[in-house]
Amino acid sequence: MSRHRLVRLFLITLLLALPAAAQDLASFEARTTVHKLANGWTFLIVERPVAPVFSFATVADVGPAQEVPGITGLAHMFEHMAFKGGPTVGTRDWEGEKKALDALEAAYQAWQAERLSTRPDPKKLETLQAAFRSRQEEAARFVVRNELDDILFREGGIDVNASTGADATRYYCSLPSNKVELFAFLESERFAHPVLREFYEERDVVQEERRQRREGSGFSRLVEQLLITAFQAHSYKQPGIGYMSDLQSITITDAEKFFQTYYAPSNLITAIVGDVQARTLIPILEKYFGRIPARPAPPPLRTVEPPQIAEKIVILEDPAQPLYLEAYHKPSATHPDAPVWDAIDDILANGRTARLYRSLVRDQKLAVDVQSYSSLPGKKYPNLWTVLATPAVGVPTEQVQATLRAELDRLRREDVTPEELARFKARARASLLRGLRSNLGLAVQLADTQRLYGDWRELFRSLDRVEKVTPADLRRVAGEAFRGTNRTVGMIVTSVADKKENGR
Amino acid sequence: MKTRALPPVLVVFYVLFVLSPPTPAAAQAARVDELRYPPLHDFQIPQPERVVLDNGLVVMLLEDHELPLVEATALVRIGSRLDPPGKTGLAELGADVLRAGGTERMPSDQLDLWLESRAASLEAIAERDQGRVTLSALAQDFPEVLRVFADVLRRPAFDPSRLEVMRNQAVADVARQNDQPDEILFREFAKLVYGPDSPYASQQTLASLRAIRREDLVQWHRQLFHPDGIVLGLVGDFRKEDALRLVRELFGDWPRGPQAAHPDFPYRTQSTPGVFWVEKNDVAQSNLLLGHLGIRKDDPDFYAVEVLNYVLSGSFAARLINEVRSRKGLAYSVEGGVDSAWDHPGFAYFYATTKTATTGAAIQALLDEARGLATRPPTEKEVETARQGLLARFVFNVDSKRKVLARQLALESFGYPLDWLSRYRAGLEAVTVEQVRAAALRHLRPEEFSILVVGPAEGRDRPLTDFGKVTPVDVTIK
Repeated sequence: MSRHRLVRLFLITLLLALPAAAQDLASFEARTTVHKLANGWTFLIVERPVAPVFSFATVADVGPAQEVPGITGLAHMFEHMAFKGGPTVGTRDWEGEKKALDALEAAYQAWQAERLSTRPDPKKLETLQAAFRSRQEEAARFVVRNELDDILFREGGIDVNASTGADATRYYCSLPSNKVELFAFLESERFAHPVLREFYEERDVVQEERRQRREGSGFSRLVEQLLITAFQAHSYKQPGIGYMSDLQSITITDAEKFFQTYYAPSNLITAIVGDVQARTLIPILEKYFGRIPARPAPPPLRTVEPPQIAEKIVILEDPAQPLYLEAYHKPSATHPDAPVWDAIDDILANGRTARLYRSLVRDQKLAVDVQSYSSLPGKKYPNLWTVLATPAVGVPTEQVQATLRAELDRLRREDVTPEELARFKARARASLLRGLRSNLGLAVQLADTQRLYGDWRELFRSLDRVEKVTPADLRRVAGEAFRGTNRTVGMIVTSVADKKENGR
Repeated sequence: MKTRALPPVLVVFYVLFVLSPPTPAAAQAARVDELRYPPLHDFQIPQPERVVLDNGLVVMLLEDHELPLVEATALVRIGSRLDPPGKTGLAELGADVLRAGGTERMPSDQLDLWLESRAASLEAIAERDQGRVTLSALAQDFPEVLRVFADVLRRPAFDPSRLEVMRNQAVADVARQNDQPDEILFREFAKLVYGPDSPYASQQTLASLRAIRREDLVQWHRQLFHPDGIVLGLVGDFRKEDALRLVRELFGDWPRGPQAAHPDFPYRTQSTPGVFWVEKNDVAQSNLLLGHLGIRKDDPDFYAVEVLNYVLSGSFAARLINEVRSRKGLAYSVEGGVDSAWDHPGFAYFYATTKTATTGAAIQALLDEARGLATRPPTEKEVETARQGLLARFVFNVDSKRKVLARQLALESFGYPLDWLSRYRAGLEAVTVEQVRAAALRHLRPEEFSILVVGPAEGRDRPLTDFGKVTPVDVTIK
């Protein structure tokens, strides 16, 4: 039944500039096996027998970018639901629970239909809500709460977590190396038939997460507004955690549909790194993951962000201290100019020798910190290069802006120095090397690279492209990007009235 | 530079694969409890070599040839708890300028360029109880970069212009200290637990930062940086003999420091029961922290407390997360337990953030869990699960040489036995249910809790007075 493709890769000569590192990177490559199941699920296995442990990362090629208004927050909500177990994990009686969950969803849909109608009838609402609450209590009686976590904890699992990026959802865990079959069992069950139990309780938790992480500080409020403003059409504009009203309205039915569409095996990549052997691991993967039927590939995203034609400015009056942001549209990670952007980012904002640190912080003392976000909010689609300056006490943001603009302008007019470019290249090499130190970090990087480029080796090949970046490339790309009509400014202006009321 | 051939194990593996195709594995398990695991194969825990130089410098070395990288860490007794009165912030600012201010041989700008063109990072940081100077570099730069590291430790220049840059940063941090609710929460909680005058609760102010002069930093370095107060660790792609020779050359002539009296860091042992409230109106949640003093790591109850912490919030299936988050949906972040530090007590605490309208419900839920330790003491099964999990994950304490070295450095620095990790395993194995129950009652005493709330004034479900006498806390920046 299994028609698998086994690719074995040996020495690929890379990194000529760093012979010792090349040896080590090549040896990482030689220990890597790619295995694609008949249903389309891709596995990357890296044998790294340093200690009797392994880590895995499953990356789903789906995120909030796939959402539309009405269901924003669903990708992240599903990530939370992927810890609720399945028909054999997390339940006292699956047959009974299934019936209770169906009844629960019917009750919820009835309540929601009335709630979102043009003129909801308060009496009816009360009755329908009460019916829903009682169904919720019934369903809860079947739940063995957080049993999946309990099992992983008991068997020595750490890093048991997941994260939702703008265009990807990542699930990960590290285990002692004798628990490979436990990983295969739980991870295949998770995506074979997830059970969306405790959905509406978890929705409350996610609302709290929104209040805490998106609404809890001036900085996160500003970034949310900046994204909403900078993008005019692409779904990157939507807050990944969802609009509050959507978080109060998404349903189990929505989540099931989302799962069916986007969690097709061909949309999933799992990297396993550590004390494992491809030879013994592959039959286990075939056995557990191979039983999941293939499904059609999800539809591609249609909307492409159109060119910006006007400068945009967000001014947030907020009790928090001032912050200053500028964001410029730039291409996706797979665009040929991606390494040029890496160079721009590094030369402007990485470390104490970075141009923005030197001018804004060290010399003119207008800011106390400058940092950049190289790809906001994600990098699969065209995104934003964003710089954040924290003004020094009492410095008006106009001064920060003027100095920042002067530096961006210099990049358009003058070549960067050979030393600056050399520093960037040396750091790119070293940072790749440092990324190879941990099983988990490596697993996430490999799976992500495979997702974006269709080939994990691009992780190493990216250095070839970095080597080829020239000063002329930087001038060209900076010249195109650092224009007013490609810019969105975001700033916090401290609101004085609130300041007093808050007793700050 | 050495070059390495393919590890022989790969060749063997390849041959095996060609000769014997994978055998069909046993049938797929239908339930988790049908799974059977092979024993975890034997694994030699890497042990660093420990050498004490004549001047008292303790050196720990561990070779790691997997990647051409080296790291160095110096633990130095410069914790901010030593800050003199009126100059709170000296240690943090001192560490900042130690790195940023260059050395006698290499002025600050040159130092930055020199390190960054080699993709090396060298940083210094002061925490409450100690300081750390760390280095990460490519192995090819090892001898030179360690020379620079030694210079930063021994011969910093404290460039006055860099002092101003770093002071600006610290001043801005003070100005922004009320922007994040959790920052207020933990800062004010420390004052309640350790007492407002304790060196474990002291806070930098605009005045204390402005009072620090360059001469203070020079004096601070002269007083506190001595080889007999430093533990130096090296891990990475070097030969131990070479590294040790280099360390002797770079640090061997550094004279010992004067025998300093062991300073006393007072904190109050009496708890401060009641409700304390910081008004913050630009957020949609109340941030809650309830508790009192915790324990030190050498407390006889330490192992029982480790288990207790996992019963409370060690995994999603633990009491607090199961109840407050998953069942009641009251919080995204919730945790609790008895924290321990090496040489002073940590916090014993319960923490959650919840929307303003469920502030009372969440405080109640946390108190119920705290009181529940008496009425529903940890069960046999809870304790067994926690212990089994802690032992099963033990291997992750030693799965990288960097982790092993970092732990051994801390043990050495705080005077703990170097076989602490094997004692830790034995300690966990010996813990009984009775010990966990007793430790819970001894170290979490809800009637003594300080209840700290940071959040909006309007919109709470219950008045805070339901939970005790309410004292407003003024956090105005002075």
